[in-house]
Amino acid sequence: MSVDILTPSLTESWDQPEAWKLANYEARGGYQAARKALAMTPADVITLVKDSGLRGRGGAGFPTGVKWSFIPQNNPKPKYLVINCDESEPGTCKDVPMLMATPHTLVEGIIISCFAVNAHNAFIYVRGEVLHVIRRLQQAVAEAYQAGYLGKGILGTDYDLDIVVHAGAGAYICGEETALLDSLEGRRGQPRLRPPFPAVAGLYASPTVVNNAESIASVPAIVANGADWYKLMGTEKSAGPTIYSLSGHITRPGQYEAPLGTTFRTLLDLAGGIRAGHQLKFFTPGGSSTPILTPEHLDVPLDYEGVAAAGSILGTKALQTYDETVSVVRTTLRYTEFYKHESCGKCTPCREGSWWLVQTLRNLEAGRGSEGDVEKLLDVCDNVSMKSFCTLADGFVANITSSIKYFRDEFEAGYHTPAWELFPYEKSIYFPYEREKLIVNEVADK
Amino acid sequence: MSQHDEHHFVSAYDDGSRIDTTDRQTNITPETIAEMRQIVARYPEPRSALLPMLHLVQSVDGRISDAGVNACADILGISTAQVNGVATFYTMYKRRPAGEHHIGVCTTTLCAVMGGDVLLAQMKDKLGIDEDETTPDGKFSLERLECNAACDFAPVMMVNWEFMDCMTPEKANELIDKLAAGKEVRSTRGARLTSWKQAERVLAGFPDGLADEGPTAGPASLEGLRVAREHGWRAPKAPSVPQIEEGGSK
Ligand SMILES: Cc1cc2nc3c(=O)[nH]c(=O)nc-3n(C[C@H](O)[C@H](O)[C@H](O)COP(=O)(O)O)c2cc1C
Ligand code: SF4
Ligand code: FES
Repeated sequence: MSVDILTPSLTESWDQPEAWKLANYEARGGYQAARKALAMTPADVITLVKDSGLRGRGGAGFPTGVKWSFIPQNNPKPKYLVINCDESEPGTCKDVPMLMATPHTLVEGIIISCFAVNAHNAFIYVRGEVLHVIRRLQQAVAEAYQAGYLGKGILGTDYDLDIVVHAGAGAYICGEETALLDSLEGRRGQPRLRPPFPAVAGLYASPTVVNNAESIASVPAIVANGADWYKLMGTEKSAGPTIYSLSGHITRPGQYEAPLGTTFRTLLDLAGGIRAGHQLKFFTPGGSSTPILTPEHLDVPLDYEGVAAAGSILGTKALQTYDETVSVVRTTLRYTEFYKHESCGKCTPCREGSWWLVQTLRNLEAGRGSEGDVEKLLDVCDNVSMKSFCTLADGFVANITSSIKYFRDEFEAGYHTPAWELFPYEKSIYFPYEREKLIVNEVADK
Repeated sequence: MSQHDEHHFVSAYDDGSRIDTTDRQTNITPETIAEMRQIVARYPEPRSALLPMLHLVQSVDGRISDAGVNACADILGISTAQVNGVATFYTMYKRRPAGEHHIGVCTTTLCAVMGGDVLLAQMKDKLGIDEDETTPDGKFSLERLECNAACDFAPVMMVNWEFMDCMTPEKANELIDKLAAGKEVRSTRGARLTSWKQAERVLAGFPDGLADEGPTAGPASLEGLRVAREHGWRAPKAPSVPQIEEGGSK
C-alpha cells in the first residue's frame, strides 16, 4: 500500500481555529482513544504500543512500549510519568508548536500511558521560556479536570489521575532525563548516575517513565487506529509518521510531518529548496548534538538506521540547514559556546573541555590560531568524548569532529585568516520576506 | 559575566554570592506566603515546589530577593544555601531587578547566522544597555538567549517569554518604540504582551486567562500541512477501526 509523501497526523488540526480548546478536540474525536484504552487491560495497552513500533522522539529512539514494560509492577511505591517538554536542543522546535496547537493530544496520551503503567500522577515538565505554551497546557489540564478526564474516577472508571504542569527555569541540561528528575525535585538540574534507571528509581526514587512530548502525543492515534495502521508509515524498524523541523537557509522553513525514512531531498523540495541563488553546504539531521551531514547525504533515509549508517544520529529530526555563505568555524564555535554555557559543571572533562575548545575555536575564528590547533581540538575532543558523565559532552564533540571531518581546510585557514574575511557574515543574514509579511498580518487580532 | 571575557576563567558554576543581599526591598506579603503553600500542595513532596516558588518570588519582587529565598527555605524546611544553589543554577532567575519588559535575542548558531547577532547589537544600542543589564528607568532588560525552540521562525526574539518571530532590525526597533510608548503589542503567536513579572506569575502556576489569545499555530508551523493540503496528502485511513465501547470500564 502506498503512502502519501506527507502524512499529517499530529499536525492534522494545526490549521483549525482554536484547535487547543477541549470542545474542538472532542469534536474531532478527542478522548475516544482514552475511553477505548481504559476499557482494555494495562498489559494490552503496553502490547499495542510495543506492536506499533513507536520509538521515543526525544532523541535516542528507544521503543516506547518496551520502556513502559520495564516499570516493576511488584514495586509497592507509586509509579510516575514525566513528560519531557524541555525542548532545548538547538534546532529542535516541534514540541512547542504541537503543545501550543493541540495540548489535549498530549493530555489524552498521558491518560493512556499512565493507565498502561499504573501511574496516578504525571508531570509535564516544560521549559520556562515558552509562556504561551504553558498557558495553553495549564488551560487544557484544567478543562480536562472539569470534564472528568482527570481527577478521581476518570471516565466513569475507578481510575484516578492527576497532572501537574511544571515550568522549568532555563537550563538545557534539564532535558536529560535524570537531570530533569532532579530539577523536578527542586534541585539543581544535574544528571544522575545510572543505574539505577528511572524505571526502577526515578522521581522520588520511585519507578518513573520519562517520555518526550511527541512520543506520548503519538499514543492516542495508535490506540484509535491500531498498531498496523501506525506501521503503514515509516520503515521496518522506524515506524510511524514524525515531525521533521526544517530551519535555516531554506525557502519555507517549518514543520513537515512525514513517514520516518523520508529523505532530506524530499523534504527540502517540499520546502522550496535552499533560498534562491544559494546551495546547501551542510545540515544537522537531529539537532546540534548530532554529527553534521553534507549534500552527499541528501538521499539518506531519515530514520534511526539510515542516519546511523551515514555516521550520524536521527536525534530530534531537527534539520538545521546552512548554505555556502556560512563559515563552519563560526557555527562550530557558536555551538560549542552553547554547550559551554549549558554544561552543568558536574564533571571535569565536559566543564573544562568545553571551555578550552571555545578558547581554541575563538582563536581560529579570529584568524589568530596556531599551527596544530586542529589537532589540539581533536585531542581535547578525544579526552572529553565517552569520558563524561552524560551525553551532553558527546554532543558537542560530535559537532566539532564532524565539522572538522568535512571542512578541515576552513579550520586550518584560521591559523592566518579570520573566518569573517573568508565568509563575510552579512552574506548569511536571511529574513525570509514573504513569511515576514505574513506574520505582520497575522498579528492575531480576533 | 560577559561570555567573551577571554582571559578570565569563568566556571560553569555561577557564584551564588551574586544574589544581591544588600537590596532588602521586598513586596512579599502574607498572601504571597499563602500562595507558596498552595504551590507546595500540588506536589507529592514539598521540595518539588521550589522552582515555581522562585518564579513567584520574581513575580512579586522582580528578582530573586533575599526575603524570597528566606521564605522558600522556611516553607520547605531547607537551608537558604540550598535555595541559593538552585536559584543560581537556572538562567531565568535574576539576581538583579529585571525590567518591566524583558527582551531576549536568540544568538544560538542558526538565529545568530540569520541575523540574531545583528539584532542583539542593535538592541544594545537602542536600549543603551549591555546584555544582563536593565535600563535606569526600569523599563527594559536585555538578555542573549539560547535556542528558544523556534528555529523555523529565525531570527527569534522574546519579550517576557512570548514569541516575537521572524524579526528584522526594523521590526525590532518598532517593537521597542511601541513598548516604550506604552502601546499594546501582541506576540506573533501568543497573547498581548503583559509584563515580565506577570509572565513569571503564570510560570509559577497561576494562570492569567490569556490562553485563548493568539492563533493555533504560526505560519512556519503550518508550512508542511499547507503543502499536504495542496496535494491532498494525508495519513492513511485506519485498516478497520474496532468499535469503541462507550463508557467502558476496567
Ligand atoms: C543534554 C540532553 C538534552 C536532552 N534534551 C531533551 C529534551 O529537551 N526533550 C526530550 O524529550 N529529550 C531530551 N533528551 C533525551 C532524554 O534524556 C530522554 O532520552 C528522553 O526524554 C526520553 O523520551 P523518549 O523515549 O520518548 O524519547 C536530552 C538528552 C540529553 C543528553
Ligand atoms: S557531561 Fe557535562 S552536562 Fe553532563 S554531567 Fe558532565 S558536566 Fe554535566
Ligand atoms: S537557534 Fe534561535 S530559536 Fe533555535
